[in-house]
Amino acid sequence: MKNEKASRTVALNAARGYTVVAMNDEGEKTAKPIRVLIAKPGLDGHDVGAKVVCRALMAAGMEVIYTGLRQSPAAIARAARDEAVDVVGLSVLSGAHVPLCKKVAAELKAAGADEVLWIVGGNIPSGDQPALAALGVDGIFPTGAKLQAIVDFIREKVAS
Amino acid sequence: MKEKKEAASLYWESGLEVKPVYTAADVEESGGSGGIGLPGEYPFTRGIHGLMYRKQPWTMRQYSGFGTAAETHERFRYLIANGQTGLNVAFDLPTQCGLDSDDPMAEGEVGRVGMAVDTLADMEEAFEGIDLNTITVSLTINGSAAAIMAMYFAMARKRGYDLAGLRGTAQNDILKEFIGRGTWIFPVEPSIRLVGDSIEFCAKHVPKYSPVSVCGYHIRESGANPDQEMAYGLAIAKAYLDHVLSRGLSIDDFARGLSFNFDIHGNLWEQVAKFRAGRRLWAKILREQYGAKDPRSMQLRMIAGGGGGGLTIQQPFNNIVRGAYYALASALSGTQTMALCSYDEAYTIPSEDAARLSLRTMQILMTETGLCDTVDPLAGSYFIETMTNRMEARIAEIMRKLDAQGGIVRAVAEGAAQAEVSRQAYEKERRVQSGDVKKVGVNCFVEEEETREVEFHPYREDEALHQVERLNRVRRERNGGAVKTAIAQVRAAASSNENVMPAIIDAVERYATVGEICATLKDVFGAYREPSRF
Repeated sequence: MKNEKASRTVALNAARGYTVVAMNDEGEKTAKPIRVLIAKPGLDGHDVGAKVVCRALMAAGMEVIYTGLRQSPAAIARAARDEAVDVVGLSVLSGAHVPLCKKVAAELKAAGADEVLWIVGGNIPSGDQPALAALGVDGIFPTGAKLQAIVDFIREKVAS
Repeated sequence: MKEKKEAASLYWESGLEVKPVYTAADVEESGGSGGIGLPGEYPFTRGIHGLMYRKQPWTMRQYSGFGTAAETHERFRYLIANGQTGLNVAFDLPTQCGLDSDDPMAEGEVGRVGMAVDTLADMEEAFEGIDLNTITVSLTINGSAAAIMAMYFAMARKRGYDLAGLRGTAQNDILKEFIGRGTWIFPVEPSIRLVGDSIEFCAKHVPKYSPVSVCGYHIRESGANPDQEMAYGLAIAKAYLDHVLSRGLSIDDFARGLSFNFDIHGNLWEQVAKFRAGRRLWAKILREQYGAKDPRSMQLRMIAGGGGGGLTIQQPFNNIVRGAYYALASALSGTQTMALCSYDEAYTIPSEDAARLSLRTMQILMTETGLCDTVDPLAGSYFIETMTNRMEARIAEIMRKLDAQGGIVRAVAEGAAQAEVSRQAYEKERRVQSGDVKKVGVNCFVEEEETREVEFHPYREDEALHQVERLNRVRRERNGGAVKTAIAQVRAAASSNENVMPAIIDAVERYATVGEICATLKDVFGAYREPSRF
């Protein structure tokens, strides 16, 4: 089944509390795939977009770790460090992106993971984008963003 | 060159093929016209009431709530003054997740996506002076539903309403929260038990209240096709029925308490077929599989929500037009209640103007277009009846497959249902982004220099602080000893087979908080962990 293949799970580690998803067999294979953590901070339960992005990144040959819902900023920073990811992507649709990103920025720094590429997606009004950029967010992909734009952005920034 | 006589193939989202022309032969071939019947009569294909909108037009119940109870109360008043006939309450995420406003996880979320409720005091303020007999209230609450329903009942009782006559609805459909929306708290089994407790309590003490509104809506929003939306919804409803039956109640004691919430966007005819087929199938299931005798047990009562998934962030004013068509589809589907997403809802909490415009959209359809003239006006159309037959067969087939794989509860607990809809969400998004599925303003008729003019609902940090102060004041002023005793009773009931609702009502009457009650239940039941499956 094609669908089964596209979302083959290689490893799950219940102790870690999140899902590590495989590189897609049909995607591009690179010697060292880009590793991405996709996380849902706060209480927002809307995970359609986060999961869609996970699948798009997998299809592009990246390794994706998905945290599931309701993660604390500290848990996200820990996962970013422990999994040695190149990219952290947060998805927030509740409107609480600014206070949440403030906390995540502090936790990433405390965990020594503030050098990773940091992207944020979801319901992000353009008026809030400068505040997020000031916190160190590298790329913002509001609802309606093209999946290919996210893939291209990550590839370009991680390579440079 | 020979003239091309064949039209290109056409399929609905559900996968049903649509022919260019339908005749009586198609109706016969798809299962005949025997199941059409009359409105108000089994199998209710044409509607659950004989006179439908000729007697009573649909209830208009916009989803609303934000900030504190005082701010929400003001919006309720505004909507009622503008002709809204029901209320559909939005709660903030801490309330939905069973946390108090001063919980560390609540920081930045208090009052943001709905009204903050910590204690009965908030519930009292929100509904002060609103006549609960003429304005029916729907509580959009799931994980913490037992506590919030208890507060609603306590508030009504305090104001002198007899619970025996109290109407209204709670969403309280936890199984769909595990698939989409995500405001679960406890593991799957105890979560179902809590739903069962509320159904049993209402059947005995609040018989006119609908304790559960089973939501296909959010399953569809999470990626399901319309046929799956209906199939998963009915399967979840059956899971609740089975659970309550195992307590020794008989089906006609409580089945009428289940109502439904479905999604309207996409192909208009497909929605109509989905509802007509769903109504018929639900009636058959109740009569044939559950032996129901009371027609009210067999009637699929519903709210149709039009339909967040169809709206776009691009060219937001287009959403006004979409909303009108969704409302049209809802009325043609024979819904009891309607709610429309407002045009700015893809961005923000609707402004007063946007919320009023949604209301006016429904009012225009109701008063100016003749939609209420006659019942089920599409009945007897070769096309609609054929597709209703085919849709019913398809929904039944999905339900059979689900059962063969161990049932909906297992599919949810193991994450198979979540994985299935999320895979589809990805495929759908890809088809929209590649232009295979056309969406105005997104991949066709795009405006390069688009200005998006939407007024953003401001988040009031001062109101969040105010809410925490208010909570602390209630904590200081209540009888702490009585709360402690009441919470101990909640724990005792949860640890036994006793129904938890009376103990929770008692606790909220003593101003125990949502957080205290849910933390106690979590102590007993444990916390849900999402299945590690993708």
